[in-house]
Formats: sequence, C-alpha cells, structure tokens
Amino acid sequence: MAILEVNNVSIRYITGDFKDIGLKEFVMRKLTGNYHVTEFWADKDVTFSLERGEMLGIIGSNGAGKSTLLKAVSGIMVPTEGTIRRQGSIAALLELASGFDGELTVRENAYLRGAMLGYTRRFMDEKYDEIIAFAELKDFEDRPFKQLSSGMKSRLAFSIACLVKPDILILDEVLSVGDGAFRKKSESKMHEIINGGATTILVSHSLEQVRQLCGKVLWLHKGRQVVCGTDVEGICDRYQQFLDGTLTIETAED
Amino acid sequence: MLQTFKTHHFLFEELVKRDFKKKYKRTVLGMAWSVLSPLLSLLVMRLVFTQFFGGNTPHYTTFLFCGNLVFAFFSDSTNQGMTSLMDNASIFTKVNVPKYLFLLAKNAQCLINFGLTLVVFLLFCVLDHVAFTWRFFLLLYPITCLVLLNLGIGLVLSALFVFFRDMQYLWSVFTQLLMYASAIFYSVDNFSPQIQRVFLANPVYLIIKYFRVITIEGLTLSWHYHLLMAAEALAVLALGCWMYKKYNHQFLYYV
Repeated sequence: MAILEVNNVSIRYITGDFKDIGLKEFVMRKLTGNYHVTEFWADKDVTFSLERGEMLGIIGSNGAGKSTLLKAVSGIMVPTEGTIRRQGSIAALLELASGFDGELTVRENAYLRGAMLGYTRRFMDEKYDEIIAFAELKDFEDRPFKQLSSGMKSRLAFSIACLVKPDILILDEVLSVGDGAFRKKSESKMHEIINGGATTILVSHSLEQVRQLCGKVLWLHKGRQVVCGTDVEGICDRYQQFLDGTLTIETAED
Repeated sequence: MLQTFKTHHFLFEELVKRDFKKKYKRTVLGMAWSVLSPLLSLLVMRLVFTQFFGGNTPHYTTFLFCGNLVFAFFSDSTNQGMTSLMDNASIFTKVNVPKYLFLLAKNAQCLINFGLTLVVFLLFCVLDHVAFTWRFFLLLYPITCLVLLNLGIGLVLSALFVFFRDMQYLWSVFTQLLMYASAIFYSVDNFSPQIQRVFLANPVYLIIKYFRVITIEGLTLSWHYHLLMAAEALAVLALGCWMYKKYNHQFLYYV
C-alpha cells in the first residue's frame, strides 16, 4: 500500500491582467470585453507513488515546477487536475526563514512557529529549552526577532522544524543551514529524521546529495515529468549530461 | 469545523497574542490609546453636534456614545479583518493551515478592544445618570450579532482583498458613507416613517438602535426586531463562508 500517491497531477496558474488592476478597473474591463488572462501550467501530468520509508529526490532546473508540486503534495495547494492520496501526517519544511515576525521576540516566534507546524503547547513547553540550546540562541531569547542575523534566523527555524516526527517529510533545499559547525550539526540531525523511517521527498540542486540519499528520482522540466524511476545513478548521469549540454530533453525521455 | 478548530487552537491563541502584542507594542499608552481614540471622537461630536441635534434628544452623550461604540468596533474589525489574510501570506503559502484562522484571530483582538471601550461606555452611562436595569444584560444579543456581522464582512473583504488591492480604498469610502447612514449623531425620528424603514436595512443601525433603546429608554425591543438583526448578520456571514469555500484554494495564486 503506497503511503503517497500522485496521479496525473497538473497545476495551473493564471497570469495576466487581473493582478494589481483593482476592482474598479476589473469591472470596467469586464464590461468593455477587454479583460484577458493567460494560463500557465506549472506542472503537467506528474505521476509517482512512494512506499513507506522510501526517499524520492526531485531534480530539475529553476522553474521546473518543483516547489509547486511540493505545495500540492503537502496540501497547501489543490491541484487543478489529478489526485493526491496521502496516508499519515505530513510535514513540509519549505523556505524555513520566512514567516517569522520581526516585532516579536525569539521566544514568541518559537511558539508561533511551533503552533504553525502543528505542535501542542505542552510539546513546546517541553522542548523549548532544547530548541534554544540547539539553535545556540540562549542569549537572544528576549530580543526582537528583527535584530537577529539571517543565519541565526534560519538556525532557529531549523531547530524548531527538526522536531517533527511525520510519516511524510518534505525537504526543499533545507538539508543543511547555517555556518560550518551548525551545518554539520543540522545535517546529522536531518539524517537522524530520515533514518527514523519517514517517507521523504527531497528537492536538491546537489546531485551528489541525491545520489547518496535517494532511492528514487523524479526529473521535472518546465512542468513536465521527464522521467521517474529507481535507476538513480542512470537518471542522475543523464541529468548531468543535460546540464552539460550534451543531451537534449527529447532524448532524455526515451 | 469544530474538529479543525480543536487541532488549531494553539495556533489561534498564538496568533491572537501576536496581534495583541504588535498592536500595543508593549507600551502602556498603547492600551490606553485604544480607549482614548473613541473618546476623542466622542468629545468632538459632543461639542459640535449638541448645538444641532442635542436639543431634543435626552441623554445625548450616551446617545452619541452608543453610535460611536458600535461603529468603531465595526469599522476597526472589518478594516483589520480585510488585511488579515494578506498580512499572513508568508505563512499560509508555506504551511497548510485553515486561512480563516487569521481573520478569527484579528477579530478576537478587536473584540478585546471593544470590551475595554464597553467598560468606559458603562462608566459614562453612570455619569449621564442612565438608570441601570436587568435589561443591560440583553446587550449581549446585539454584541453577538455584531461579532457575527464583522466576521461575515471580514470573510468577504479579506477574500476580495486578495484579488483586488483597491478594496482598502473602496471600503474606507463605503465605511464613511455608512457612518453617515447609521444615525450616529442624529435621531431618525425626524424622517418620515417610510424612510425610517429604510434605515432598518442597515445592520449597524439596528445594533446602535438596540443599544439606545436599552440604555436610554430602558425598554425592550420586539421579537421580530431581534429576528431581523439575526437574519441580517447571518446572511452576511453565510455570504462570507460561501465565498471562502469557493475561492479558498485560489488565494494562493494571487498573493
């Protein structure tokens, strides 16, 4: 029984006139028949499934539709077409450092973030000291968040997020954050979670990482699924050739 | 709905706390200001309008305060509710949380604010020699209706604001017009009965009038007046819920 099933998922963005024109202008253009929108398919017909404990790497150049797909998988976005079936809890660690509030203190932000990730207050009370210790922010607890450096911010974000114990874990370029020492610590923490048996989806620009960790690879190009399979080495090799310019998308698909 | 709220009540509490702290920025005057500002507008209205409208209206200060109290809550709650969703765009594009939670949190904060002003209002009633009766407890009814109305309008506006950024401007114009149409500083008694009936279509006016009848006249309103209030508030709330259900998933494309 697959823990995650993604069937023919397509996601359409609508771009064009409507943005920033406002209600008055919208009504006027509707009336004069001057209102245009254009469609943009961020993902088209993506299909894959994951069993418990499997690790999928998603590769592809910028604008391939990776982040949009992850949003659909984590339930933030609803696919325009196709279905997604999930079993168990899901945690998505996307762009960690955003969504904090600069006016609040580090402590308040930690609780707010914990609440967003679906933790309970009791859990946060228990783990708070551990979080601060791991993030090495003991001296900054009651400082406004905006006074922190961006490295500190992502350290805090990581320390809260890595407490999750989900059935499905989604990682968008967050395997390691911070400077030298913290990077090592966060990497080993991440591996600990992955080895804990979670089904993981990893988006990474580091082919090295994908080869090393993943048992399955999905290659997206401009929203289309180029290939998806368990031949990690083969697919990564072909992707590398494509990046080097010695292979075109058409031949890669065969 | 109840189940999702149960799972998210920790987030709800944290959001209310955040909004509250941000509003008052941990200052003493911050808290006092939220009471002072309606008092200042009350003072100005009292000075200016007593000449024109105060003559034949008994307890004119309380009369004015009823209007100010209700309308300030309405305008505060809807204006802040409108931006509540967009202000939190960086959160709901990254985490899967019910989006109405941000609006609920904002409204909860405005309700706390209203509670403070209500206490001051009751003090003014004492100063204005208003007779307190058991009927004051009935005020919970219009307050409930007002909260539902604010939520409903907040749902509609916050959804629209995602799509149309000029809503803020349009709504402030509308609020201004509604303020004049809500009989805050004048009495509708001078109008013909037909026109007086038109006022009943304005839910804010209904609530203001309810406050006045209870506090100044010491009377109770008819049951169909109660029904009308509930119907108007619930109709707006239903519209808001319908819009959210319909466009909820599209918000992400527009932020």
